[in-house]
Amino acid sequence: MHTFRTNRTALCAALLLAGFFSAGSTLAADTPATNTGGKLLLTGGVSEIGGAAGGGLTPWAVIGGYGTNDQIGANAFYTRVQLPDYHMDVAGALIGFYNRVEFSVAQQRFNTEKVGGLLGLGNGFTFRQNVYGIKVRLFGDAVLDQDSWIPQVSVGIQHKQNNQEAIVKFVGAKSATGNDYYISATKLYLAQSLLANVTVRFTKANQIGILGFGGDKHNAYQAEFEGSLAYLLSRKIAIGAEYRQKPNNLGIAREDNWYDAFIAWAPTKHVSFTLAYANLGNIVIKNHQRGVYASVQVGF
Amino acid sequence: MQTPYLKTALVACGCLLALSLHAQQMPGQTSSAMQARQMAASAPRDPALKPYFAEFGGKPGLKAIVNDFMINLMADPRTHPFFARVDRERIKRELVDQFCVILDGPCTYTGASMAEAHRGLGITRADFNALVEDLQKAMTKHDVPFHAQNRLLAKLAPMHKVIIEK
Repeated sequence: MHTFRTNRTALCAALLLAGFFSAGSTLAADTPATNTGGKLLLTGGVSEIGGAAGGGLTPWAVIGGYGTNDQIGANAFYTRVQLPDYHMDVAGALIGFYNRVEFSVAQQRFNTEKVGGLLGLGNGFTFRQNVYGIKVRLFGDAVLDQDSWIPQVSVGIQHKQNNQEAIVKFVGAKSATGNDYYISATKLYLAQSLLANVTVRFTKANQIGILGFGGDKHNAYQAEFEGSLAYLLSRKIAIGAEYRQKPNNLGIAREDNWYDAFIAWAPTKHVSFTLAYANLGNIVIKNHQRGVYASVQVGF
Repeated sequence: MQTPYLKTALVACGCLLALSLHAQQMPGQTSSAMQARQMAASAPRDPALKPYFAEFGGKPGLKAIVNDFMINLMADPRTHPFFARVDRERIKRELVDQFCVILDGPCTYTGASMAEAHRGLGITRADFNALVEDLQKAMTKHDVPFHAQNRLLAKLAPMHKVIIEK
Protein backbone atom coordinates (compact mmCIF):
# COMPACT_ATOMS: atom_id res chain seq x y z
CA MET A 1 0.00 0.00 0.00
CA HIS A 2 2.82 2.32 0.91
CA THR A 3 4.49 1.83 -2.49
CA PHE A 4 1.24 2.74 -4.12
CA ARG A 5 1.06 6.02 -2.32
CA THR A 6 4.62 6.75 -3.47
CA ASN A 7 3.70 5.82 -7.01
CA ARG A 8 0.68 8.07 -6.96
CA THR A 9 2.80 10.93 -5.72
CA ALA A 10 5.26 10.26 -8.53
CA LEU A 11 2.41 10.23 -11.03
CA CYS A 12 1.00 13.50 -9.72
CA ALA A 13 4.46 15.03 -9.91
CA ALA A 14 4.85 13.83 -13.49
CA LEU A 15 1.47 15.29 -14.44
CA LEU A 16 2.34 18.60 -12.81
CA LEU A 17 5.70 18.64 -14.52
CA ALA A 18 4.13 17.99 -17.91
CA GLY A 19 1.55 20.68 -17.25
CA PHE A 20 4.29 23.10 -16.24
CA PHE A 21 6.35 22.35 -19.34
CA SER A 22 3.26 22.65 -21.46
CA ALA A 23 2.31 26.01 -19.97
CA GLY A 24 5.91 27.19 -20.25
CA SER A 25 6.13 26.36 -23.91
CA THR A 26 2.78 28.06 -24.59
CA LEU A 27 3.96 31.23 -22.89
CA ALA A 28 7.24 31.07 -24.74
CA ALA A 29 5.56 30.46 -28.11
CA ASP A 30 5.96 34.10 -29.11
CA THR A 31 9.70 34.14 -28.66
CA PRO A 32 11.77 32.52 -31.39
CA ALA A 33 14.32 31.35 -28.82
CA THR A 34 12.07 28.47 -27.75
CA ASN A 35 13.19 25.19 -29.21
CA THR A 36 10.25 22.83 -28.82
CA GLY A 37 7.42 21.44 -30.84
CA GLY A 38 9.30 20.71 -34.07
CA LYS A 39 7.22 17.71 -35.12
CA LEU A 40 4.24 18.05 -37.44
CA LEU A 41 0.75 18.07 -35.94
CA LEU A 42 -0.52 14.67 -34.71
CA THR A 43 2.74 12.92 -35.64
CA GLY A 44 3.53 12.32 -31.97
CA GLY A 45 0.46 10.11 -31.70
CA VAL A 46 -2.02 10.12 -28.85
CA SER A 47 -1.75 8.26 -25.51
CA GLU A 48 -2.15 4.52 -25.35
CA ILE A 49 -3.95 3.15 -22.25
CA GLY A 50 -0.57 2.04 -20.90
CA GLY A 51 0.84 5.54 -21.24
CA ALA A 52 3.01 5.10 -24.34
CA ALA A 53 2.61 7.31 -27.39
CA GLY A 54 0.50 5.54 -29.98
CA GLY A 55 -3.08 4.87 -30.76
CA GLY A 56 -5.56 4.34 -27.95
CA LEU A 57 -5.09 0.60 -27.50
CA THR A 58 -1.62 0.01 -28.85
CA PRO A 59 1.78 1.75 -28.77
CA TRP A 60 3.27 3.12 -31.97
CA ALA A 61 6.92 3.47 -32.96
CA VAL A 62 6.64 7.24 -32.63
CA ILE A 63 8.34 8.95 -29.69
CA GLY A 64 5.73 10.89 -27.70
CA GLY A 65 5.58 14.65 -27.60
CA TYR A 66 6.45 17.09 -30.37
CA GLY A 67 10.23 17.12 -29.89
CA THR A 68 12.52 16.49 -32.86
CA ASN A 69 16.08 15.12 -32.74
CA ASP A 70 17.44 18.10 -30.80
CA GLN A 71 14.33 18.78 -28.73
CA ILE A 72 12.40 17.45 -25.74
CA GLY A 73 8.67 16.85 -25.81
CA ALA A 74 6.24 15.84 -23.10
CA ASN A 75 2.57 15.37 -22.46
CA ALA A 76 0.01 14.28 -19.89
CA PHE A 77 -3.27 12.55 -20.54
CA TYR A 78 -6.51 11.42 -18.98
CA THR A 79 -8.57 8.62 -20.48
CA ARG A 80 -11.97 7.22 -19.51
CA VAL A 81 -13.31 3.95 -20.86
CA GLN A 82 -17.02 3.59 -20.10
CA LEU A 83 -18.40 0.08 -20.55
CA PRO A 84 -21.85 -1.38 -19.76
CA ASP A 85 -20.65 -3.07 -16.56
CA TYR A 86 -17.29 -1.47 -15.77
CA HIS A 87 -15.31 1.69 -16.24
CA MET A 88 -11.64 2.46 -16.31
CA ASP A 89 -9.82 5.74 -15.73
CA VAL A 90 -6.24 6.16 -16.81
CA ALA A 91 -3.99 9.11 -16.07
CA GLY A 92 -0.41 9.38 -17.15
CA ALA A 93 2.42 11.37 -18.57
CA LEU A 94 5.41 10.90 -20.80
CA ILE A 95 8.55 12.68 -21.77
CA GLY A 96 10.34 12.17 -25.07
CA PHE A 97 14.02 12.91 -25.46
CA TYR A 98 15.47 13.86 -28.84
CA ASN A 99 12.97 11.77 -30.79
CA ARG A 100 14.91 8.77 -29.51
CA VAL A 101 13.76 7.69 -26.05
CA GLU A 102 10.38 7.94 -24.37
CA PHE A 103 9.70 7.48 -20.65
CA SER A 104 6.10 7.09 -19.58
CA VAL A 105 4.10 6.47 -16.46
CA ALA A 106 0.39 5.74 -16.15
CA GLN A 107 -2.08 4.60 -13.56
CA GLN A 108 -5.08 2.53 -14.59
CA ARG A 109 -8.05 2.37 -12.24
CA PHE A 110 -10.43 -0.37 -13.25
CA ASN A 111 -13.74 -0.03 -11.43
CA THR A 112 -15.82 -3.20 -11.19
CA GLU A 113 -19.02 -1.28 -10.34
CA LYS A 114 -21.84 -3.76 -9.43
CA VAL A 115 -19.85 -6.75 -10.69
CA GLY A 116 -17.57 -6.22 -7.69
CA GLY A 117 -20.57 -6.76 -5.45
CA LEU A 118 -21.63 -9.90 -7.33
CA LEU A 119 -18.13 -11.33 -6.93
CA GLY A 120 -18.11 -10.54 -3.22
CA LEU A 121 -15.53 -7.77 -3.54
CA GLY A 122 -17.97 -4.97 -2.91
CA ASN A 123 -19.63 -2.58 -5.33
CA GLY A 124 -17.17 -0.26 -6.99
CA PHE A 125 -14.19 -2.42 -6.10
CA THR A 126 -11.26 -1.01 -8.03
CA PHE A 127 -8.07 -2.58 -9.35
CA ARG A 128 -5.21 -0.15 -9.68
CA GLN A 129 -2.28 -0.78 -11.92
CA ASN A 130 0.77 1.39 -12.43
CA VAL A 131 2.58 1.12 -15.74
CA TYR A 132 6.14 2.36 -16.23
CA GLY A 133 7.25 2.45 -19.82
CA ILE A 134 10.37 3.04 -21.82
CA LYS A 135 10.52 3.05 -25.59
CA VAL A 136 13.52 3.49 -27.86
CA ARG A 137 13.38 4.38 -31.54
CA LEU A 138 15.75 2.05 -33.39
CA PHE A 139 15.60 3.52 -36.89
CA GLY A 140 13.42 5.06 -39.54
CA ASP A 141 11.34 8.18 -39.90
CA ALA A 142 7.64 7.36 -40.16
CA VAL A 143 6.80 10.77 -41.60
CA LEU A 144 9.56 12.13 -43.85
CA ASP A 145 10.97 8.99 -45.51
CA GLN A 146 8.26 8.98 -48.16
CA ASP A 147 10.53 7.48 -50.84
CA SER A 148 11.26 4.36 -48.81
CA TRP A 149 9.22 1.41 -47.59
CA ILE A 150 11.22 1.27 -44.35
CA PRO A 151 8.98 2.08 -41.40
CA GLN A 152 9.97 3.73 -38.16
CA VAL A 153 10.75 0.94 -35.74
CA SER A 154 10.90 1.14 -31.95
CA VAL A 155 11.12 -1.34 -29.10
CA GLY A 156 9.63 -0.85 -25.66
CA ILE A 157 9.05 -2.30 -22.24
CA GLN A 158 6.06 -1.73 -19.98
CA HIS A 159 6.55 -2.70 -16.35
CA LYS A 160 3.18 -3.17 -14.67
CA GLN A 161 2.32 -3.38 -10.98
CA ASN A 162 -1.16 -4.39 -9.93
CA ASN A 163 -2.16 -3.52 -6.35
CA GLN A 164 -4.50 -6.51 -5.85
CA GLU A 165 -2.05 -9.37 -5.54
CA ALA A 166 -4.29 -11.59 -3.38
CA ILE A 167 -7.26 -11.26 -5.73
CA VAL A 168 -5.41 -11.76 -9.00
CA LYS A 169 -3.72 -14.85 -7.53
CA PHE A 170 -7.08 -16.10 -6.28
CA VAL A 171 -8.48 -16.01 -9.83
CA GLY A 172 -5.50 -18.00 -11.10
CA ALA A 173 -2.86 -15.46 -12.07
CA LYS A 174 0.71 -16.29 -11.15
CA SER A 175 1.85 -12.77 -10.36
CA ALA A 176 0.62 -9.24 -9.72
CA THR A 177 3.53 -7.70 -11.59
CA GLY A 178 4.76 -8.26 -15.09
CA ASN A 179 6.65 -6.86 -18.03
CA ASP A 180 5.38 -6.50 -21.57
CA TYR A 181 8.01 -6.28 -24.31
CA TYR A 182 7.02 -4.92 -27.69
CA ILE A 183 8.32 -3.97 -31.10
CA SER A 184 6.37 -1.45 -33.18
CA ALA A 185 6.65 -0.43 -36.81
CA THR A 186 4.88 2.74 -37.92
CA LYS A 187 4.66 4.21 -41.40
CA LEU A 188 2.83 7.23 -42.77
CA TYR A 189 1.76 6.79 -46.39
CA LEU A 190 1.48 10.51 -46.96
CA ALA A 191 0.38 10.39 -50.61
CA GLN A 192 -2.55 8.21 -49.49
CA SER A 193 -3.04 10.14 -46.20
CA LEU A 194 -2.83 6.82 -44.35
CA LEU A 195 -0.90 5.80 -41.27
CA ALA A 196 -0.31 2.17 -40.41
CA ASN A 197 1.16 0.63 -37.28
CA VAL A 198 1.98 -2.94 -36.42
CA THR A 199 3.02 -3.96 -32.93
CA VAL A 200 4.04 -7.37 -31.64
CA ARG A 201 3.81 -7.59 -27.88
CA PHE A 202 5.32 -10.36 -25.79
CA THR A 203 3.15 -10.56 -22.71
CA LYS A 204 1.70 -12.69 -19.92
CA ALA A 205 -0.85 -10.05 -18.93
CA ASN A 206 -4.46 -10.99 -18.22
CA GLN A 207 -6.78 -8.18 -19.34
CA ILE A 208 -3.70 -5.97 -19.81
CA GLY A 209 -2.62 -6.83 -16.26
CA ILE A 210 -5.80 -5.81 -14.43
CA LEU A 211 -6.18 -9.54 -13.62
CA GLY A 212 -2.47 -10.11 -13.09
CA PHE A 213 0.08 -11.99 -15.14
CA GLY A 214 0.28 -15.61 -16.21
CA GLY A 215 -2.37 -18.12 -15.27
CA ASP A 216 -3.53 -21.63 -14.62
CA LYS A 217 -4.01 -22.30 -18.37
CA HIS A 218 -0.79 -20.70 -19.67
CA ASN A 219 2.11 -19.15 -17.89
CA ALA A 220 4.53 -18.37 -20.70
CA TYR A 221 5.15 -15.25 -22.73
CA GLN A 222 3.05 -15.12 -25.86
CA ALA A 223 3.41 -12.95 -28.92
CA GLU A 224 0.29 -10.90 -29.52
CA PHE A 225 -0.43 -8.86 -32.63
CA GLU A 226 -1.70 -5.30 -32.44
CA GLY A 227 -2.49 -3.01 -35.32
CA SER A 228 -3.73 0.49 -36.07
CA LEU A 229 -4.83 2.09 -39.29
CA ALA A 230 -5.56 5.81 -39.44
CA TYR A 231 -6.79 8.00 -42.26
CA LEU A 232 -6.01 11.70 -42.15
CA LEU A 233 -9.09 13.80 -42.89
CA SER A 234 -7.21 17.03 -42.40
CA ARG A 235 -4.06 18.28 -40.73
CA LYS A 236 -5.92 18.22 -37.41
CA ILE A 237 -8.25 15.23 -37.66
CA ALA A 238 -7.63 11.52 -38.09
CA ILE A 239 -10.07 8.62 -38.04
CA GLY A 240 -9.17 4.98 -37.79
CA ALA A 241 -9.46 1.58 -36.24
CA GLU A 242 -7.37 -0.58 -33.96
CA TYR A 243 -7.03 -4.19 -32.98
CA ARG A 244 -5.31 -5.72 -29.99
CA GLN A 245 -4.89 -9.44 -29.60
CA LYS A 246 -4.73 -10.72 -26.02
CA PRO A 247 -3.67 -13.95 -24.32
CA ASN A 248 -6.08 -16.35 -22.65
CA ASN A 249 -4.29 -17.51 -19.54
CA LEU A 250 -7.04 -17.83 -16.96
CA GLY A 251 -9.40 -20.77 -16.55
CA ILE A 252 -12.10 -18.71 -14.83
CA ALA A 253 -13.02 -16.51 -17.79
CA ARG A 254 -12.49 -16.19 -21.50
CA GLU A 255 -10.55 -13.14 -22.64
CA ASP A 256 -11.38 -11.51 -25.98
CA ASN A 257 -9.33 -9.48 -28.40
CA TRP A 258 -10.04 -5.78 -28.42
CA TYR A 259 -11.15 -3.48 -31.23
CA ASP A 260 -11.90 0.17 -31.55
CA ALA A 261 -12.84 2.80 -34.09
CA PHE A 262 -11.61 6.28 -33.26
CA ILE A 263 -11.51 9.92 -34.19
CA ALA A 264 -8.64 12.09 -32.97
CA TRP A 265 -8.61 15.87 -33.13
CA ALA A 266 -5.61 18.07 -32.41
CA PRO A 267 -6.64 21.72 -32.64
CA THR A 268 -3.07 22.71 -31.65
CA LYS A 269 0.17 20.99 -30.70
CA HIS A 270 -0.75 21.56 -27.05
CA VAL A 271 -3.96 19.58 -26.87
CA SER A 272 -5.67 16.63 -28.50
CA PHE A 273 -8.94 14.81 -27.99
CA THR A 274 -9.66 11.21 -28.91
CA LEU A 275 -13.07 9.62 -28.96
CA ALA A 276 -13.57 5.95 -29.75
CA TYR A 277 -16.08 3.18 -29.80
CA ALA A 278 -14.34 0.25 -28.16
CA ASN A 279 -15.34 -3.40 -28.18
CA LEU A 280 -13.58 -5.12 -25.29
CA GLY A 281 -15.59 -8.35 -25.45
CA ASN A 282 -15.86 -10.52 -22.37
CA ILE A 283 -14.46 -9.24 -19.09
CA VAL A 284 -14.81 -11.84 -16.29
CA ILE A 285 -18.54 -12.58 -15.90
CA LYS A 286 -19.80 -9.97 -18.34
CA ASN A 287 -19.96 -10.36 -22.12
CA HIS A 288 -20.22 -7.69 -24.80
CA GLN A 289 -18.31 -4.92 -23.07
CA ARG A 290 -18.69 -2.30 -25.78
CA GLY A 291 -18.52 1.32 -24.92
CA VAL A 292 -16.98 4.72 -25.24
CA TYR A 293 -13.32 5.62 -24.95
CA ALA A 294 -12.57 9.30 -24.41
CA SER A 295 -9.15 10.81 -23.94
CA VAL A 296 -7.60 14.23 -23.61
CA GLN A 297 -3.91 14.96 -23.90
CA VAL A 298 -2.02 18.16 -23.17
CA GLY A 299 1.63 18.78 -23.85
CA PHE A 300 4.19 20.05 -26.31
CA MET B 1 -1.50 -24.06 -30.46
CA GLN B 2 0.31 -21.12 -28.97
CA THR B 3 3.83 -22.42 -29.57
CA PRO B 4 3.85 -22.57 -33.41
CA TYR B 5 2.05 -19.25 -33.43
CA LEU B 6 4.70 -17.70 -31.20
CA LYS B 7 7.40 -19.10 -33.46
CA THR B 8 5.77 -17.69 -36.59
CA ALA B 9 5.42 -14.30 -34.99
CA LEU B 10 9.02 -14.34 -33.81
CA VAL B 11 10.29 -15.38 -37.22
CA ALA B 12 8.18 -12.71 -38.93
CA CYS B 13 9.46 -10.16 -36.46
CA GLY B 14 13.06 -11.22 -37.00
CA CYS B 15 12.68 -11.12 -40.78
CA LEU B 16 11.24 -7.61 -40.66
CA LEU B 17 14.08 -6.44 -38.45
CA ALA B 18 16.76 -8.13 -40.57
CA LEU B 19 15.33 -6.72 -43.80
CA SER B 20 15.05 -3.25 -42.38
CA LEU B 21 18.57 -3.32 -41.02
CA HIS B 22 19.88 -4.67 -44.29
CA ALA B 23 18.08 -1.97 -46.26
CA GLN B 24 19.60 0.60 -43.95
CA GLN B 25 23.12 -0.65 -44.19
CA MET B 26 26.17 0.10 -46.22
CA PRO B 27 25.54 -0.62 -49.92
CA GLY B 28 21.87 0.28 -49.52
CA GLN B 29 22.76 3.38 -47.57
CA THR B 30 25.08 4.90 -50.15
CA SER B 31 22.97 4.04 -53.18
CA SER B 32 19.74 5.29 -51.62
CA ALA B 33 21.47 8.48 -50.49
CA MET B 34 22.78 8.96 -54.03
CA GLN B 35 19.37 8.29 -55.50
CA ALA B 36 17.86 10.79 -53.13
CA ARG B 37 20.51 13.32 -54.13
CA GLN B 38 19.84 12.82 -57.83
CA MET B 39 16.09 12.89 -57.38
CA ALA B 40 16.25 15.97 -55.22
CA ALA B 41 18.61 17.65 -57.69
CA SER B 42 16.29 17.23 -60.63
CA ALA B 43 12.90 17.66 -58.93
CA PRO B 44 11.21 14.39 -59.87
CA ARG B 45 8.47 14.74 -62.45
CA ASP B 46 5.63 12.37 -61.64
CA PRO B 47 3.06 11.81 -64.42
CA ALA B 48 0.78 10.19 -61.83
CA LEU B 49 0.39 13.61 -60.21
CA LYS B 50 -0.88 15.26 -63.41
CA PRO B 51 -4.51 15.21 -62.21
CA TYR B 52 -3.52 17.21 -59.13
CA PHE B 53 -1.92 20.04 -61.13
CA ALA B 54 -5.39 21.49 -61.72
CA GLU B 55 -6.25 21.22 -58.02
CA PHE B 56 -3.36 23.57 -57.37
CA GLY B 57 -4.85 26.01 -59.89
CA GLY B 58 -2.23 25.32 -62.56
CA LYS B 59 0.80 27.57 -62.79
CA PRO B 60 -1.08 30.77 -61.77
CA GLY B 61 -2.36 28.88 -58.71
CA LEU B 62 1.16 27.74 -57.80
CA LYS B 63 2.42 31.34 -58.13
CA ALA B 64 -0.25 32.58 -55.72
CA ILE B 65 0.46 29.72 -53.29
CA VAL B 66 4.22 30.28 -53.36
CA ASN B 67 3.69 34.02 -52.86
CA ASP B 68 1.81 33.34 -49.63
CA PHE B 69 4.24 30.58 -48.72
CA MET B 70 7.09 33.12 -48.77
CA ILE B 71 5.02 35.61 -46.75
CA ASN B 72 4.47 32.85 -44.16
CA LEU B 73 8.16 31.91 -44.13
CA MET B 74 9.16 35.53 -43.51
CA ALA B 75 6.54 35.96 -40.77
CA ASP B 76 7.54 32.70 -39.05
CA PRO B 77 10.35 33.31 -36.50
CA ARG B 78 11.55 29.75 -37.06
CA THR B 79 12.13 30.18 -40.81
CA HIS B 80 12.66 33.94 -41.08
CA PRO B 81 16.46 33.77 -40.57
CA PHE B 82 16.85 31.52 -43.63
CA PHE B 83 15.02 33.87 -45.98
CA ALA B 84 15.82 37.34 -44.66
CA ARG B 85 18.97 37.91 -46.70
CA VAL B 86 18.33 36.04 -49.92
CA ASP B 87 16.85 36.81 -53.35
CA ARG B 88 13.31 35.84 -52.42
CA GLU B 89 11.89 36.56 -55.88
CA ARG B 90 14.32 34.07 -57.42
CA ILE B 91 13.50 31.46 -54.76
CA LYS B 92 9.79 31.93 -55.40
CA ARG B 93 10.26 31.42 -59.16
CA GLU B 94 12.28 28.29 -58.51
CA LEU B 95 9.73 26.92 -56.04
CA VAL B 96 6.92 27.47 -58.56
CA ASP B 97 8.94 25.67 -61.24
CA GLN B 98 9.83 22.85 -58.90
CA PHE B 99 6.26 22.25 -57.70
CA CYS B 100 5.05 22.60 -61.31
CA VAL B 101 7.53 19.95 -62.50
CA ILE B 102 6.62 17.53 -59.68
CA LEU B 103 2.93 17.89 -60.61
CA ASP B 104 3.84 17.17 -64.26
CA GLY B 105 2.99 20.69 -65.36
CA PRO B 106 4.50 22.43 -68.44
CA CYS B 107 7.61 23.74 -66.67
CA THR B 108 11.32 23.03 -66.32
CA TYR B 109 13.38 23.48 -63.19
CA THR B 110 16.66 25.28 -63.86
CA GLY B 111 17.65 26.21 -60.30
CA ALA B 112 20.33 24.69 -58.13
CA SER B 113 20.08 21.17 -56.76
CA MET B 114 18.44 20.92 -53.37
CA ALA B 115 21.76 19.88 -51.82
CA GLU B 116 23.60 22.88 -53.30
CA ALA B 117 20.83 25.30 -52.42
CA HIS B 118 20.81 24.32 -48.74
CA ARG B 119 24.47 23.49 -48.08
CA GLY B 120 25.93 25.03 -44.94
CA LEU B 121 22.65 26.52 -43.72
CA GLY B 122 22.53 24.21 -40.72
CA ILE B 123 18.87 23.40 -41.24
CA THR B 124 17.34 21.21 -38.53
CA ARG B 125 14.45 18.80 -38.72
CA ALA B 126 12.34 21.28 -36.78
CA ASP B 127 13.18 24.02 -39.32
CA PHE B 128 12.23 21.66 -42.15
CA ASN B 129 8.91 20.81 -40.49
CA ALA B 130 8.24 24.52 -39.85
CA LEU B 131 8.61 25.10 -43.58
CA VAL B 132 6.18 22.26 -44.26
CA GLU B 133 3.65 23.90 -41.92
CA ASP B 134 4.04 27.25 -43.69
CA LEU B 135 3.48 25.54 -47.05
CA GLN B 136 0.42 23.71 -45.71
CA LYS B 137 -0.98 27.03 -44.51
CA ALA B 138 -0.48 28.61 -47.93
CA MET B 139 -2.01 25.66 -49.79
CA THR B 140 -5.01 25.63 -47.44
CA LYS B 141 -5.50 29.37 -47.94
CA HIS B 142 -5.71 28.73 -51.68
CA ASP B 143 -8.21 25.90 -51.22
CA VAL B 144 -5.96 23.08 -52.36
CA PRO B 145 -7.72 19.92 -51.12
CA PHE B 146 -5.90 18.32 -48.16
CA HIS B 147 -5.32 15.04 -50.01
CA ALA B 148 -3.86 16.86 -53.03
CA GLN B 149 -1.57 18.75 -50.64
CA ASN B 150 -0.33 15.43 -49.28
CA ARG B 151 0.49 14.19 -52.81
CA LEU B 152 2.88 17.09 -53.27
CA LEU B 153 4.27 16.90 -49.72
CA ALA B 154 4.99 13.18 -50.17
CA LYS B 155 7.31 14.14 -53.06
CA LEU B 156 8.96 16.96 -51.14
CA ALA B 157 9.43 15.12 -47.83
CA PRO B 158 12.29 12.82 -48.98
CA MET B 159 14.33 15.94 -49.80
CA HIS B 160 14.94 16.17 -46.05
CA LYS B 161 17.89 13.84 -46.65
CA VAL B 162 19.83 16.49 -48.55
CA ILE B 163 18.38 19.56 -46.81
CA ILE B 164 18.60 18.74 -43.10
CA GLU B 165 22.13 18.94 -41.73
CA LYS B 166 21.62 18.57 -37.98
